[in-house]
Amino acid sequence: MTPSQIANEAAALSDRAALLAAQAAQLAEQAAPVAAAANPFLMLLAIFLMACFVGYYVVWGVTPALHSPLMGLTNAISSVIVVGAILATGLSDSIAAKIFGFLAVTLAAVNIAGGFMVTRRMLAMFKKKGG
Amino acid sequence: MADTLSTLAYLVASVLFILALRGLSHPETSRQGNLLGMIGMAIAILATLLKPGMGVGGIVLVIAGLAIGGTIGTIVAQRIQMTALPQLVAAFHSLVGMAAVFVAAAAFYAPQSFGIGVPGNIKTASLIEMSLGLAIGAITFSGSVIAFLKLAGRMSGAPIIFKGQHMLNAALGALLLVLIIVFCATGSPFLFWLIAILSFALGFLLIIPIGGADMPVVVSMLNSYSGWAAAGIGFTIGNLLLIVTGALVGASGAILSYIMCKGMNRSIINVLLGGFGSDSGAAAAGGGAGDRAPVKAGSPEDAAYIMKNAQKIIVVPGYGMAVAQAQQVVREMADLLKKEGAEISYAIHPVAGRMPGHMNVLLAEANVPYDEVHELEEINAEFAEADVAYVIGANDVTNPAAKTDKSSAIYGMPILDVEKAKTVFFVKRGMASGYAGVENELFFRPNTMMLFGDAKKVTQEIVQALQR
Repeated sequence: MTPSQIANEAAALSDRAALLAAQAAQLAEQAAPVAAAANPFLMLLAIFLMACFVGYYVVWGVTPALHSPLMGLTNAISSVIVVGAILATGLSDSIAAKIFGFLAVTLAAVNIAGGFMVTRRMLAMFKKKGG
Repeated sequence: MADTLSTLAYLVASVLFILALRGLSHPETSRQGNLLGMIGMAIAILATLLKPGMGVGGIVLVIAGLAIGGTIGTIVAQRIQMTALPQLVAAFHSLVGMAAVFVAAAAFYAPQSFGIGVPGNIKTASLIEMSLGLAIGAITFSGSVIAFLKLAGRMSGAPIIFKGQHMLNAALGALLLVLIIVFCATGSPFLFWLIAILSFALGFLLIIPIGGADMPVVVSMLNSYSGWAAAGIGFTIGNLLLIVTGALVGASGAILSYIMCKGMNRSIINVLLGGFGSDSGAAAAGGGAGDRAPVKAGSPEDAAYIMKNAQKIIVVPGYGMAVAQAQQVVREMADLLKKEGAEISYAIHPVAGRMPGHMNVLLAEANVPYDEVHELEEINAEFAEADVAYVIGANDVTNPAAKTDKSSAIYGMPILDVEKAKTVFFVKRGMASGYAGVENELFFRPNTMMLFGDAKKVTQEIVQALQR
């Protein structure tokens, strides 16, 4: 193969590569909206299912003696719904949304403080022999 | 805080919540677990407040809400008596449910804040998630309110049953489903509130037929619902932390309900359909003794004398002990008997008390070390070696009929084998049946001695006799 032949081949290859890259980019562009529409929900669903499994195994590991504190603690952390309430109160211009958000923040706050505090009180009472 | 950063913060908070639950695997690590949960919550709240676009007015409003709610919650949590724990938890569940309803409403009126559309034109997928969060939240709210009223004794614990009840509930459920579908297609505000009202009614109707002693299952189930409601809202606003936490709490409540049902050998459906049992005092007293051996009743002095000479004593506490507030004096009795050289342990049935783990907390409050307190599977084999079983405020969970009598309402329920102990003391006010309405054949056994009277008073008299 002469050097000029090699140069020609290389040029042809690079042309094809460029064409492929362009096609790939075009495909990606077409696919992007589809991916964006389908993925977030599927991602969240995947996270949700994984969290269900994690919850299942972690909760079976909780000693039955601490099932009441478990309820106190889960009650406190389920009030993480406060995040949605804060967003509604802080981000929206709608008066209705602000009022609902504020009410939700207050209710959730009762739960957060109450849930963690009552769990702490319960757990403080569990002592060992001679402890 | 940029979106990536806040998402990272939410991820950290999710992990901390998982570690918090993990900490409850042992009393030693549990306090640290609770602390991790608090840190996770603080991170979540801060990360949200620092998001871009938060207006100053909004932040002030949020902080005011947090301060008001936080103060109320702290005061309530510090004042509450441990015997009142079940109703407190029920009340807290109702708040989570209501908060979910409010957040769903806020998302409905200001969807642009969550990037799910504009008012009047919200994405269908978001409407589906929103209506689910709304319905579950509303059911959790009204169901928890009823559970609270029953547990607090402000409403009779007896099941409220009427003809066509289950048909009505099924019809309401079906109607709710139809409304949700129409709502998702139209996004009408009228339907939003109709769904809320119907869900409130359904939550109310679902819980009223369930009897007082089945409340542990109900409380666990509502715990689970509050988790699913949070997850539903999490999907609506596309928030990872809400989804993860909702799933954790949902799984936790579901497992607790399962454990409680297994402890009664009943299916969750059977419990939820309700109508089981009545107020324990209402059951026929003394009837049905018939041709059986007469019941042996003893005095606290007799009991003190026998227990003084016992080597191994197992205390079996039940809800009656909590009602009589007898846990402190039981521990005093145990201390005195320990001085006499006896070995004391406590046997807890999975469904003892009005919420899972209730007895353990009450005993811990009375300074009973947790390593003396055992679950049914751990301790059941030891009754055969025990000199005395001291049953205080428990009834159905000790009834041997559960093992032998196929016609009994409690047949198949795992029970504590107290009858295998050399002597069984039964502290009871009268001969009334327990919650299941079944007579306890244990009362008529030759090795059983009844100690009639209030649980606290009887135990106090034993303590006095022991001190003499």
